[in-house]
Amino acid sequence: MEKANIKYDIAIIGAGVVGGLVARSLSAYDARICIIDKHIDMAMGASGANSGIVHAGYDATPGSMKAKFNIEGTAMMPGICRLLGVSYKNSGSLVLAFNSEDEKQLQKLYENGIAGGVKGMKLLSKETVLKMEPLLNPKITKALHAPTAGVVSPYKLNIAAIENAVVNGTEFLRETQVLGITGNKGDFTLSTNKGDIFAAVVINCAGIYADDIAKMAGDGFFTLTPRKGEYLLFDRSEGGLVENVVFQPPSEKGKGVLVMTTVDGNILIGPDANIVESKEDSQTHADSLDYVYKTAIKTCSGLNLKKVITSFAGLRATPDTGDFIIGESKKIPGFFNVAGIESPGLSSAPAIGEYVAEIVSGSLGGLAKKENFKPGLDTHEFFRDMDLNEKENIMQDNPDYGMIVCRCENVTKAEVLDSIRRPAGARTVDGVKRRTRAGMGRCQGGFCLPAVVEILSKELGIEKEEVQKGDSGSNILVERNRP
Amino acid sequence: MKKEMVCISCPKGCRMTVEYEGDKVLEVLGNSCSKGWDYAVDEITKPVRIVTSTVKVRGGKLTVVPVKTNKPVRRHLIFDVMNEIYKAEVKAPVKEGQVIIKNAADSGADIIATLDLKKI
Amino acid sequence: MIEKRSLVIIGAGPAGLAAAVKAKKAGIKDVLLIDRDIQLGGILKQCIHNGFGLHVFKEELTGPEFALRYIREIEELKVEYKLNTMVISVDKNKRITTVNPDDGLIVYEARSIILAMGCRERPRGALRIPGTNPSGIFSAGTAQRFVNIEGMKPGKTALILGSGDIGLIMARRLTLEGMKVRAVCEIMPHPGGLTRNIVQCLEDFNIPLKLSTTVIAIHGKRRIEGVTIAQVDDSFKPVKGTEKYIECDMLLLSVGLIPENELAEEAGVELDPVTGGARVNQYLETNIDGIYACGNVLHVHDLVDYVAIEAEKAAKSAVRKIKGKTRKIKKRIELITGNGIRYTVPQFIDVTDKEEKIKIYFRSTSIMESIKINAICKDEIIFSKKLKRVAPAEMEYIIISTDDIRGRKMIIEARAK
Repeated sequence: MEKANIKYDIAIIGAGVVGGLVARSLSAYDARICIIDKHIDMAMGASGANSGIVHAGYDATPGSMKAKFNIEGTAMMPGICRLLGVSYKNSGSLVLAFNSEDEKQLQKLYENGIAGGVKGMKLLSKETVLKMEPLLNPKITKALHAPTAGVVSPYKLNIAAIENAVVNGTEFLRETQVLGITGNKGDFTLSTNKGDIFAAVVINCAGIYADDIAKMAGDGFFTLTPRKGEYLLFDRSEGGLVENVVFQPPSEKGKGVLVMTTVDGNILIGPDANIVESKEDSQTHADSLDYVYKTAIKTCSGLNLKKVITSFAGLRATPDTGDFIIGESKKIPGFFNVAGIESPGLSSAPAIGEYVAEIVSGSLGGLAKKENFKPGLDTHEFFRDMDLNEKENIMQDNPDYGMIVCRCENVTKAEVLDSIRRPAGARTVDGVKRRTRAGMGRCQGGFCLPAVVEILSKELGIEKEEVQKGDSGSNILVERNRP
Repeated sequence: MKKEMVCISCPKGCRMTVEYEGDKVLEVLGNSCSKGWDYAVDEITKPVRIVTSTVKVRGGKLTVVPVKTNKPVRRHLIFDVMNEIYKAEVKAPVKEGQVIIKNAADSGADIIATLDLKKI
Repeated sequence: MIEKRSLVIIGAGPAGLAAAVKAKKAGIKDVLLIDRDIQLGGILKQCIHNGFGLHVFKEELTGPEFALRYIREIEELKVEYKLNTMVISVDKNKRITTVNPDDGLIVYEARSIILAMGCRERPRGALRIPGTNPSGIFSAGTAQRFVNIEGMKPGKTALILGSGDIGLIMARRLTLEGMKVRAVCEIMPHPGGLTRNIVQCLEDFNIPLKLSTTVIAIHGKRRIEGVTIAQVDDSFKPVKGTEKYIECDMLLLSVGLIPENELAEEAGVELDPVTGGARVNQYLETNIDGIYACGNVLHVHDLVDYVAIEAEKAAKSAVRKIKGKTRKIKKRIELITGNGIRYTVPQFIDVTDKEEKIKIYFRSTSIMESIKINAICKDEIIFSKKLKRVAPAEMEYIIISTDDIRGRKMIIEARAK
């Protein structure tokens, strides 16, 4: 994937969900665009490890960028997910109160939401809440219901956005790490491990590293602090414990530990919030996971630890400015920051994408819209979600649909192959997993790993021992027993 | 001398106390059958094991075929036998029971295939 | 497409193979054996070590050889089987929906079903071992497949967590293949696998077995670089000050097997929360009339031989049902696990008008020596058996006559002699 010495109109640094949706929005314009990531795949930072909540928007201070983009983005989410074939569920959310102190907080959130324009919110009595969610702790006193909240798979939205951008002509440059940025509007040079990349404008969507990238460009006016959140994910057999995304009252630590059913039907609990030193720190800790569980059990006592299938950690990119940092650098014209996009970043991302595309287009003198822009993706329903008739038909068209690779999630060989062959497709075991759910079930890849390794090795034309879990150096196998 | 040991002749795993002098077994307690006595004598005088592994296959549906020694070999010869197994190669098709190495590492045991393997 | 069969067996591992052979021999012409793999034999094909068959074939075989014995019988008896076929659902009316690349979707309607799907390994996530999420962490069975079937090394230096039999067998296997095994750690104060395997897989190769020890952290960003192990106290909490860093590029987990019962649950089969398998009577029949379970999908066995024997029993019961030769059930007795007993199979007994001797298998909750196993009905010991030693890793049994049972409950307990 050597793409050095090509001149781009726009270079986007960072292939997370924000970079991805910025790329997608920009790919509607006539421009040469690349999206660069140091990782082998998209969604390998915070976009791959968060709750996947589409927030209603009552948390942020009215008038802030967080509030504006959250409410706009949440409204856009169902439409964009439909276009990109990403599952989205309008689950609604609840914030629980356990005493009068909490109730005051709920009132504050409610007023915040009203001021910001959040629709449909209601303060519900205990009885009404328990009718809605019978398995919640009966000791609650009240709850704030926000019907516009929802859930989405953050990495699937991320992957689909970039695939859509690629379909519309954007180049996705993997394993390309920006080491230096020089120049100004019209002639930026990004020096990377794969050679120099030239671009007229640069958009910094580098997630937790966005402050370092801004500094590299010569305008390091903000700092990001990594705040880690840890989660526990439960088997799909536990799904349905709650319908809404259920929060406890916010504290100084953030929105607090939540209990929710993900869009894929697993129960997810977490996160806690701890400032960490390293931006590479994705370790989970026994203490944190214990805290998450003990806190979540207060929301819903039916959480069965035996049904946990995995735990993970993600880093929030918390800015020292208190709000999202979105716009052109004052010092370096043509360098745009889209930084500090912590929660509600996922909810905001579709609106941020549109907004950034507009200001960048404006800065390039008003780019023309593409006539043949494809706003959506050709996707198909997953085999496991099809009814028997559909299953039968698709197997007749393509017998690979009759080969189940992942037993737990019923993922077929056809779907694994498709995930690799699609534009901006999977290159790794984790890439296949995020696109198809192969390995995401209760056995966590114990059964399908050998099959996925074999398919990847054949499709990519590499030896089995070269197949990676994620970034280079994460090979699954080492060598042959009998060379 | 006394030694506690578990008979591994069968999965029952009788716990035995073996009294011996040098390599002469004097008494075995705790065994349920005569195999226990034999095992104790063998363990004291000349412990033996079946060795199982795989051998490289050319032109087969898989790249290796499972094998075993057709009789137990002296325990200290396990790695000598393995060294021959590492180097061995067989052409598909392979039949269960097929001898792949005769008298591996002078152990007295042959290495035989334990599975049928078809050609590609 | 809907097809009818008298007996459908789901899973062609040792349990399914043995059940199919038995049923066909007993005169059921239309037995169908279904498996999702491309070959018969299930997990046996990757269990290339010896130690199988001593009870069933009276000689010591390797896993592939044990499977071949049955596969040859399946071929000779012309038992119908479908490979590469995934069962996507089973319902209480015994309709089985399957997919495979050649035939697409086929629904079978069976008079009886034998569940023989086996089990899967507990993954890392279920243990909530903290740390990073690098490559190089495998369940022992996955590593076994890579080494024995694909001829690949999954790493160079391993730490094995869990002293279950697969973990022990893999410790030897990796060593023989030139990989280094730093240690086998076991959180319990006693080993999980058979003593025979401790001797010939660990002691023979001087591999340390660290009891009451577990992995408390995983290190390494891309490929695993090491783990922190620590001793645990009586409540399995790590003891401060006992932490030790072990360098390794591979972590194998042999931390338990879980019966693969998602299909059974969908059909409405009631499960025993302890075994994770179906609750069955002495005929291995579940709560659903005509659905039987055997092998590791019922409860995790120590020996394949016992799986095969249990499968034959399930087949015999299914055949009796198909031929309409079942007896009328007079009453149902629930078995209750008392002191020292982790579980029993069967979980309930259906008493008919004819006396039956019933073999009740059980596992103990801990290692106990010089004990009595009692069966108690209405506060009275109706049966007692002395045992020198019981251990959770080793299945034991007692035999009880239905004529001795009184009331509707029977407690099975272990007491000091």
